[in-house]
Amino acid sequence: MSTADDQSVGMDYLESFPRKFLRVYLPLGLIIFFLLFPFYWMAVATFKPDAEMYDYEKYNPFWILHPTLEHIKKLFFDTDYPLWMWNTVIVSVSSTFISLFASVCAAYAIERLRYKGSRYVGLAIFLGYLVPPSILFIPLAAIVFQLGLFDGNLALILTYPTFLIPFCTWLLMGYFRTIPYELEECALIDGATRLQILIKITLPLSLPGVISAGIFAFTLSWNEFIYALTFISSSENKTIPVGAITELVNGDVYHWGALMAAALTGSVPVVILYSFFVEYYVSAMTGAVKE
Amino acid sequence: MAVMAESGVAQVKRASLWTRAFESRNFLGAMFMVPAITILILFLAYPLALGFWLGMTDTKIGGAGRYIGFQNFVSLAKDSVFWLSVFNTIFYTVTASIVKFAIGLYLALLLNERLPMKSMIRAIVLLPFVVPTVLSAIAFWWIYDSQFSIISWVLIKAGLITRYIDFLGDPWNARWSVVAANIWRGVPFVAITLLAGLQTISPSLYEAANLDGATNMQRFRHITLPMLSPIIAVVMTFSVLMTFTDFQLIYTITRGGPINSTHLMATLSFQRAITGGNLGEGAAISNAMIPFLVAAILLSFFGLQRSRWQQGGRD
Repeated sequence: MSTADDQSVGMDYLESFPRKFLRVYLPLGLIIFFLLFPFYWMAVATFKPDAEMYDYEKYNPFWILHPTLEHIKKLFFDTDYPLWMWNTVIVSVSSTFISLFASVCAAYAIERLRYKGSRYVGLAIFLGYLVPPSILFIPLAAIVFQLGLFDGNLALILTYPTFLIPFCTWLLMGYFRTIPYELEECALIDGATRLQILIKITLPLSLPGVISAGIFAFTLSWNEFIYALTFISSSENKTIPVGAITELVNGDVYHWGALMAAALTGSVPVVILYSFFVEYYVSAMTGAVKE
Repeated sequence: MAVMAESGVAQVKRASLWTRAFESRNFLGAMFMVPAITILILFLAYPLALGFWLGMTDTKIGGAGRYIGFQNFVSLAKDSVFWLSVFNTIFYTVTASIVKFAIGLYLALLLNERLPMKSMIRAIVLLPFVVPTVLSAIAFWWIYDSQFSIISWVLIKAGLITRYIDFLGDPWNARWSVVAANIWRGVPFVAITLLAGLQTISPSLYEAANLDGATNMQRFRHITLPMLSPIIAVVMTFSVLMTFTDFQLIYTITRGGPINSTHLMATLSFQRAITGGNLGEGAAISNAMIPFLVAAILLSFFGLQRSRWQQGGRD
């Protein structure tokens, strides 16, 4: 926003390269550098032997001289990490599917059946999205304990939908709104039931919305921490974030290499999924906010 | 919910045919709502109410509590650690949100320029938001390490400092460190959402302003900001809510230390309720967050109403 380039207003294609470099590329490059640096640092620590990691005098910290897989090996074979990974996958996939199912039904009913009071229910569900997990985890812990779900995957599978359903429902309501009513009316006249309409007409047409919601729900549940920290106690039932924080630190001894390896390998699945569906992800993120 | 199901049934009174019932919008609507509403009532609405109740009891983990009225709040009011956590939470939220907004808006404006590989850059920018917070916080933990911090190393090599900075050992250093990590994580969300908002502004507005001889600054001030203000209000409400109730970053990087100087209300309530076993007291602390959250939501809601009204009251 410098005032020096006032003259080039609206004709930025005429802007000389050095000027555009200073005004756009340089700041953009700097910001991207800061946004990516922690990932680079994570990767460096993952593949660096301990000898290099703790000696900044002899070795340049930015570089790896003798890359090693020892940290990853330690993580996979000496800890419960594979179990944490498995738990995280099971919990994320199940809670995503439960949430998608419940949200598709709810969004269809609110947006298309327009039953009595549907607008208020829609609003109430949106307000549910604003209730943060850090307020709910204490009473939820009491409930989880009473239901006998403590220290099991089911505790997480059943509680994650509380923050996924409001988001997915709100997003899908927006998508369903874009499908013309006439299509459904025609089908109704032809004698289709509501369920058939939902499955054969509305859902296929709103597939991008369902995918967006699914990807977002999956990354949100992969990311979840406070419920998993509270409801799970034994090592073999933990998820990756909780396991990494609680099991890889022995008193004052931090296994930095293994910690970084856990951080890196725990991030990779979401990043891969995200990179395949980045457009859906972005539209879900902005769509939910713009409503 | 149950009431709605009944009224749906009541409308097809005595028709006693399932087909009639399934043609009624109200009955069908209620049926479709069953899965979502069951989960939300059982695990969202009920716990919310239970949380209010727990906050007024002396419940310990593994034992039934009894009603003690506002005693938890009375003892919290005299608890200096609680007030420190309130201060920390407000400091954390205000500083992080302001910087996130400033950098986020700047980044959105930069991304809105004519750029090569635009969609790839956008995808990269969003990465900190996608990667699980705890896992990226572990990276920050290592970046802030007292002996092996890369920041200290670079600054020493550059001759700017002489001793390693104790990022997480000193109260104010620790506060700024967690704020920086929060900004890092939050900027992409603000930037990408504001970028989506920027792209909805019609270029013809800028062309018209150009013809009238408006400067860059004037165009930003009189077109971009007003057109963007509704989405700014929404994004910042979300951002403030997420920052205010943050738990993961603090728990991972400092666990509230040193000497409680980074405890947020959320981490303090976890410590008292789960680690300390006083569910009632922990619930009271998280309940104390609610007025702030409601205020933030109302503020942006009425802010939006006002800007709509100023723009000619459409909608």
